[in-house]
Parts: sequence; structure tokens; C-alpha cells
Amino acid sequence: MILELILGTLNRALAYGTPLLLATLGEICVERAGVLNLGVEGMMMLGAFSSFVVAYVTSNPWLGILGGAIAGGLFSLIHAFSSITLRANQTVSGLALTMLGTGIAETLGRNWEGKVLSSPIKPFSEDFLSLFPPGVRTLFRDSNLLVVGSIILALVLWFFLFKTKAGLSLRSCGENPAACDALGINVWKVRYMAVFGGGVMAGLGGAYIAVAYRPAWSSGMTQGMGWLAVALTIFSFWNPLYAPLGAYLFGALFHLAFRLQVFVAPEILNSLPYLFPVVALVFVSRLAFRKKIGVPGSLGKPYERGEWE
Amino acid sequence: MDRRKFTRFHIEVSVQPSLASVIFFSLLAIILAFACGGIIFLFYHISPWVGYQTFFQGALGSWYAFSETLKRTIPLLLVGEGLALAFRAQVLNIGAEGQILLGAVAATWVALFSGLPPFLLLPVMFLLGFLAGAGWALIPAFLKTRFAVNEVLSTLMLNYVASNLVLYLIGGPWKGKGVRGFTYTDTFPEAAWLKTMGITRVPYFTLLVGIVIAVGGYFFLKKSALGFELRVVGSSPETAKLLGINEEKIVFLAMLLSGGLSGFAGVGEVAGIHHLLRHPDHISLGYGYTAIIVAWLARANPLATIVTSFLFGALLSGGDALRVSLGIPFQVVSVFNGLILFFLISTEHLSRYRIIWGDTKVVENYDS
Repeated sequence: MILELILGTLNRALAYGTPLLLATLGEICVERAGVLNLGVEGMMMLGAFSSFVVAYVTSNPWLGILGGAIAGGLFSLIHAFSSITLRANQTVSGLALTMLGTGIAETLGRNWEGKVLSSPIKPFSEDFLSLFPPGVRTLFRDSNLLVVGSIILALVLWFFLFKTKAGLSLRSCGENPAACDALGINVWKVRYMAVFGGGVMAGLGGAYIAVAYRPAWSSGMTQGMGWLAVALTIFSFWNPLYAPLGAYLFGALFHLAFRLQVFVAPEILNSLPYLFPVVALVFVSRLAFRKKIGVPGSLGKPYERGEWE
Repeated sequence: MDRRKFTRFHIEVSVQPSLASVIFFSLLAIILAFACGGIIFLFYHISPWVGYQTFFQGALGSWYAFSETLKRTIPLLLVGEGLALAFRAQVLNIGAEGQILLGAVAATWVALFSGLPPFLLLPVMFLLGFLAGAGWALIPAFLKTRFAVNEVLSTLMLNYVASNLVLYLIGGPWKGKGVRGFTYTDTFPEAAWLKTMGITRVPYFTLLVGIVIAVGGYFFLKKSALGFELRVVGSSPETAKLLGINEEKIVFLAMLLSGGLSGFAGVGEVAGIHHLLRHPDHISLGYGYTAIIVAWLARANPLATIVTSFLFGALLSGGDALRVSLGIPFQVVSVFNGLILFFLISTEHLSRYRIIWGDTKVVENYDS
């Protein structure tokens, strides 16, 4: 009984945590390369909107997912250009990206408000789930291919970052871009690609919400998830393997906030997912501060080839 | 040392861009943003010409439009000059939106539930509103100084919490008795209303305070010892350390001032315009976020926020005109905000370059 309850909660946590996970993985990739992109919320919103429109028009949810990913990636290039090429303030550039992305999605989304997708991405079918033992069945009841795909993506990204040469280059650009430059690695190219990859993943996160989780358009549907993803990047110590833990914890928190509404005012519960990261940041920041766990050495610092250094 | 010969012209990089180039690039950013933002109109099958005409009519086209712009300038000015001070210290307070709401909540409590004599209502509302906003901002200040928690994230998260707090109050314990199905509080007693200028809806008290603080803030930064410390912490933390400046004190000060002024602005909104506490989106039309650009465009100079807050006040009322006349959602303002901010920070680097035309020159660069 208790087990059933826990599995049921985890099931919802998986479903709700997936967009967070995708966006967090993206931000890990970006920050590991030394770029801080606070525009995750904007990229998610734009990804959600684009995927919804594409899925609605083509009646093909997978084309929608593709559209969301591409939109997120292309949109992130604005940030890449201003922060990498023009060496503008990355914090402010990210904020601008969020304002722009949510602004565009909500302005253009007015005509789509309340529309429902006729063919969303559906959870795994009963037939497919019946191949597994009952516990697994409960755990993955509301999951779909994207949920499983995002878990695999976490593993792949971990392998890429820590076990391949390209991943090493990416991380080095975040630690010591000058040394990379001296070794002949094109720092700008690596950072551009990392930002683009991050944008694609954030766009995927948004697309998951609009095409699979809640396949009807309403403005503000990302609910600040992009910002949570930025916080989650820190909780997971910039490591893709830890990202699912944090994302699903938040997923569970959102679910509990929904379930406990009978007992406590919903507004208080709805605050929890935002209060919790503040509290958690206290512990993580202390740890990160003392031991320098994971923090990319050149995070947020634009790289400029010094002529007289 | 490196000697270089240039013919015809050369480019100089100055640390301090000249006023003329700052103004030029600020205007350029705004013009570029409007040029790009015009694409939005095409999605609504409206010619950009008509769109901009409606926009400027609604922002500055009549006395009424002007007063609407002024009405929105006031909170932007108050919040913007606070953020200017914070940004000078490199404290990125993104939580003004929540701090505004906390000020509004404190004011509502005083107006409806404190039982104070009428003549005390307004003074206590502004006092407590300032303190509530400041108190809300001191949480991230404490977390930043004590636990090294990034203030961008903590202030932002607290915005969502503040918004939920207001929703809870207006739907629960503070829900008005005479409002039936709606979720807002009862109307404040008239002693808690701010006087407005003539027939307009512009409360002049907060406008005056805003201007006084802009001037005061300018001299505070320029002339006072504390202002000097704040600037040093912002521009060069290493120097600040050498000079023995208490960095934590400056972080607290920056948060206290910016949060307090945001709270003050929140009081102005409920006491001057709404006369009750209502949905957070109606109390603040994203003033906390727009004020970030107000402060940035002013290059974190409190005096310049008088000009920039008016520009963005015009942007907000122009956006409102687009909504009313052409049916374009108000969030279009957010598109312009984002674009202006982008072009602003992108050209910031450029504004430091100066092209000097002339004959062959020898420029000497010394290793530093």
C-alpha cells in the first residue's frame, strides 16, 4: 500500500520532472563550457509555443517536438552572439532572453489560447506496460518515450562530458579558455555549440510540456521551470548524473503541492517548489564554496584573446 | 611596448565612454528594438505604421496619454533608482517585483486592519511598506553574504513566493466582505488614498519622492563616503578589499535601498491607484522587471533614471494602447523590453570605442 503510494508519487514525479531534467541537462552543458545562460525560461516558453503550433498544424506531435527543439536552439544563438562574440554581460543577456522568449510566446500565443492538441504524445500503452512487473508498471504509468529518452540523455551527456575528448574540450573551455586557445581549440566554436545544445534541450523541455504533459496552449505554462532548471544545475554540481535526482525531487514537490490542496491553502503549497531551491542553495553553495565542487572556473566570464598578455 | 602606425584613422578604447556616445548608443538600441519588434504587428495583420502610430498616440499623443505614461513612470522611477544603486554595487536584485508586492501587502494591512487613526494611515503605510520591501530583499542579502547564494536566483524565486502570498491573502483571510465572487480585498478608507493631480490618476507625492530620491541618490553616490564605498565594491572588489571596505555591509545596503524603494513603490500603487489589494499581475505590470532595464539604460545613474523611467512609462502605456485599440496582448511590452536590453548590452562594448580620423599617428601601448 505504502509502496504503491510511493511508486504513484514517483510516477507523477517522472512525468512532471522531465521538462526540468531536459532544461537542466541543457544548462549543465552550457555552463560547463563557461557560459551562463539565464534565458532558460525564455527558451522553454518559445520551445513550448513552437512545438505546440507545429504539432497543431501538422497533427504530428513528433514534428512538434522537433520544432520546439530547433526553435530553442536557434533562439539561444542570440545569447551566444551577445555573450560570446560581443562579450556582453551574460547575466543581463540571459534575462533579456527570458523577457524576449516569454514575450514572443505570450504575444503570439494569444490566438492559440485554450486550443487543444488532437494528437498529443501519449503515455506508454497498457499492452506495452504489461510486459513489465506491476511495480514498474505503476512507476511508468504516465511516462512516455520522452521521459525515458531524457534519462538516457542524462547518461549520454555524462559520458560525453567526462569520457570523450570532445567533452574534455568543452569542459576545458569552461575552466581555462586561454589554455584551450593556446592548444588550438576554437573556444568560440565550442561555446557556440554548447549554447546551441543547451537551447535545443531547453526547447525540448518546453516542447514536452506543450505536446505531451499538458497538450493545450495557455500562456505562462512553464511556470518558472526555467529558473528552477538554473537552480538545479547548481544542485547537481554541474553533473548530468545527479540532474535526474534533483529534477524528480522537484517533480514530486509539484505533485505533492497539488495533492495536499485539500489540507493546506494551494498558494502556500505552490510556493514550496520556489522556496525549496532557496533553502537547498544554501547548503549547496556552502559546499560548492568550500570545496569548489564542479563550479566551472571561468563560468560567466567572456573570453577575449589577449594581445599583450 | 608596441608601436603601431595607423593611417587615416585609428580606434581608441576608453574605459569611460563619453556622454554623447552613451546617448547615441542608447537611442540606437531603442530604435533597433522598435524596428525588430515591428515584426510582431505583421503576425496580427496590422501594418507596422498603424501599430506605431497607435503606440505613440497612446504613450504621448494627448494629455490623457501623457498622464497615463506619468502614472506608470512613478513606480519605474522609484524601483529603477533603487536598482541603479544596487547595480552600482554589482548586486543584481531581480526581485523587485516581489518586493513591490510585499510593500503593497504591508500597506493593505495598515489601511484595512491596523485600526490606526486616519491621519496616521498614509505615513505608516509608506513606512511599513518600505520596511517590508527591504525585509524581503534582506533575505537574499543574508543568503548571499552568509552562504554565497547567487542573488539572481534567490531574488527571482522569492518573486513567485510573494506572488503566491498575495494570491493567498486576497482569496483567503483578506478577501473583501462586499466583493462576492471576486478575489480582492475591501476598498481602503479614503484617508488611505493618495491625492492625485487634478482629474488625472497621477499621485504626486510618490512622483515628488521619486525625483527627490533620484537627485539625492546621485549625490549619495558622488559625494558621500558610503556612496564611494558602494562604487568601489561594484567596480573593483580587489580594491575594496585593499581599502578595508566591508563588502557585506555594502551588499546589505544595496539590497535594503533597492528593496525598500520597491516596497515604497508598491505602497504608491495600492494607495494611489487601486485603493485595494488585488491580483499581483494588476498591482505590478511587471514593473520590477522593466525597472531592471530602466536602471541599466541609465547606466546605473540615479539621476538618469528620471529620463529612462519616463521612456519606459511611455512604453508601458503605449503597450496598453496596443492592447485596447488593436487587440495585441500587453506582453508585447516584454518583447520590446527584451529587445531593448539586448541591443543595449550588445552595443555597450561598442560605445567605448572611439574612431579618430586624421593623419598617421603613432599609438603606444605599454604593458600593464
